[in-house]
Amino acid sequence: MLRRAVPVIAIAAVAAAGAWLLFYALPRWHGRDRIAAPAAAPAAAVPERKITATLYYIAEDGMSLVGVQREVPFGDPVAEQARRIVESQLGPAQQPFAAAVPEGTTLRGVYVTERDCAAGTANCQRDAFVDLSVEARTRHTGGALDELFTIYAIVDAVTVNLPVISRVQILVEGKEVDTLAGHVDLRHPLEKNLKWVKTEKEE
Amino acid sequence: MRLFNGQEMFALDDLGRLFDLTSREDTLAGGLTISTKTQTITLTPGQTLVSAAGRVVSLPAPPVKEGRSWFLPIDFVPRALAPALGTRLDLRRPSRLIVVGDLRVPRVTARIEPQGALARVTLDVLPATPHSVSQDGARVLVRFEADALDAALPASPVADLVQAVRVADPPVVVAIDLGPRFASYRASDAPGDRGAGRIVIDVIAQTTEAPQPPPAQPPVPLPPAEPPLLEATPTSGLRTFVIDAGHGGDEHGARGAQGTLEKDVTLGVARRLKAAIESRLGGRVILTRDSDQTVGLDERAAVANNNKADVFISLHANASVRASAAGAEVFYLSLADYGAQAQRVAQGESEPLPVFGGGTRDIELILWEMAQARHIEASATFARLIEAELRERVPMSPRAIQQAPFRVLVGANMPAVLVEMGFITNPEQEKQLASDGFQASIVQALVDSLVRFRDSHGLQSPPPAPPASGARR
Repeated sequence: MLRRAVPVIAIAAVAAAGAWLLFYALPRWHGRDRIAAPAAAPAAAVPERKITATLYYIAEDGMSLVGVQREVPFGDPVAEQARRIVESQLGPAQQPFAAAVPEGTTLRGVYVTERDCAAGTANCQRDAFVDLSVEARTRHTGGALDELFTIYAIVDAVTVNLPVISRVQILVEGKEVDTLAGHVDLRHPLEKNLKWVKTEKEE
Repeated sequence: MRLFNGQEMFALDDLGRLFDLTSREDTLAGGLTISTKTQTITLTPGQTLVSAAGRVVSLPAPPVKEGRSWFLPIDFVPRALAPALGTRLDLRRPSRLIVVGDLRVPRVTARIEPQGALARVTLDVLPATPHSVSQDGARVLVRFEADALDAALPASPVADLVQAVRVADPPVVVAIDLGPRFASYRASDAPGDRGAGRIVIDVIAQTTEAPQPPPAQPPVPLPPAEPPLLEATPTSGLRTFVIDAGHGGDEHGARGAQGTLEKDVTLGVARRLKAAIESRLGGRVILTRDSDQTVGLDERAAVANNNKADVFISLHANASVRASAAGAEVFYLSLADYGAQAQRVAQGESEPLPVFGGGTRDIELILWEMAQARHIEASATFARLIEAELRERVPMSPRAIQQAPFRVLVGANMPAVLVEMGFITNPEQEKQLASDGFQASIVQALVDSLVRFRDSHGLQSPPPAPPASGARR
């Protein structure tokens, strides 16, 4: 009996070691740019817990973004919270504001990378990658100002509400894109920029 | 009207019907008495002096009797008849008009002068009269706030550019009929002498020949510079212009409610701008596309870089989820969105690197894709000039001048701006963007700002071209 159990235990031990190596050790050894947990999976957090976040919509005159306080579901870790925030950002706007992201756009996923975070917090930089569906491009008005609003509504929603994330890069259908509508350079992560936001308004 | 001894004369019978006059001939003395309702005018055959309303006035010739009819010099009307009638009578010889009372009938005298690639139409207007200039298809219309025009308009010596200058319908409009070589026009007002006004309209021809040499400019002494880097320091002034018609081909850009496409508007304005720059500034003008074709964003900046353009203008029409959004906007690159490294480049920081034989050199390293970093200041200056010129001609957005991380600008190795001419999603602006008049206004603003930029730019030492690496000790 014992002789039959030994190989099974050995195989289980090797499998466990392999899984540890594959899913935990290798990513840590791989280098500075570590990909944190992709956040497309359902949240492990308590569903009823909420946080208050600032989301961004197009003002009545179409000339700026307006920050609005909204309750969004709590998420943990940070990538999961970013996903919750961007999902809320993609939802409909309340009057008198207009949605900054084209209607029908869905969130495919949010990923967070860390750089220089293992050694300490001084130089730690986290970038979020927000992967949108193709409607972000195909249903866009095509205006340069609207394009800036679409992009900075997302960039600012993430960076303002999650200060640990310093930059955001927008992807479409899982790929890097030059622009959304032919103007704004999306080849690099973008930092928070509140110059497109007029004033914050309480809901 | 008839001619007697070189003197133009009106028939008294005609004037009588026109002004309700009665006349009586003194057969014994040979005199002629003309009566209005309240006054009389006495004329004597062979005499140039006339008694009118108790005053003696002089005519250039005596009255003439032919058969039973009397003929009076045309100056009789303003000099004698006007005081007798107690009203103002203006005699307009070129147009053969008698203007009664205080009607606004400005005198318009035109000159048409060929000047190289343009024809200058000068309208002298007396007295200066409010007017508007617009384009209507193949005509430029000058509409005066007047009751009629007293116009003297010559034939055109450049029929392929200006077919004719004529009074149109309604007769308070002077129409400039444009010829097949027409590309664009610009109009300006200048005060004339003694209350006269002057309207100068330059009708600019398309340029199909080889690029013209730039106009002669006074040599601008370059300040003593450091020894040249890898490339010779470029000369001052603007010689090569790259105009980028936004979108094109499969990429329609924004679309108006009536179906106007951004890519068509940008191409139309780009073509007009090319012709206008060639005729006014000279030099080489290159379009990133001259047809409805798809051109990549990298390719657009590359056209400018490979041709060593001195300036890059990208033309666009804006769009908004709000139909009310309106107005033109001028953008130049924002470095802040590209992080600290790009800003270091813009500030001219360099890195000391060890070199063969010992020691170090400060090596300036610029990523080619960030070439615009060197030109931010000049781009800002250019953008401000454009904004000021546009503001005089077209509606401006509340965000008239802005910085943004625009893809088409970042790789341009010269001063570069992106002009959003108006919101195509605004119904009124959609019509404007498709109209000749609005497009001509945009072109005129851009050409004027290029002239101002050239004048200011020529005095500055241009920034060094950012090669892959440049070295200085």
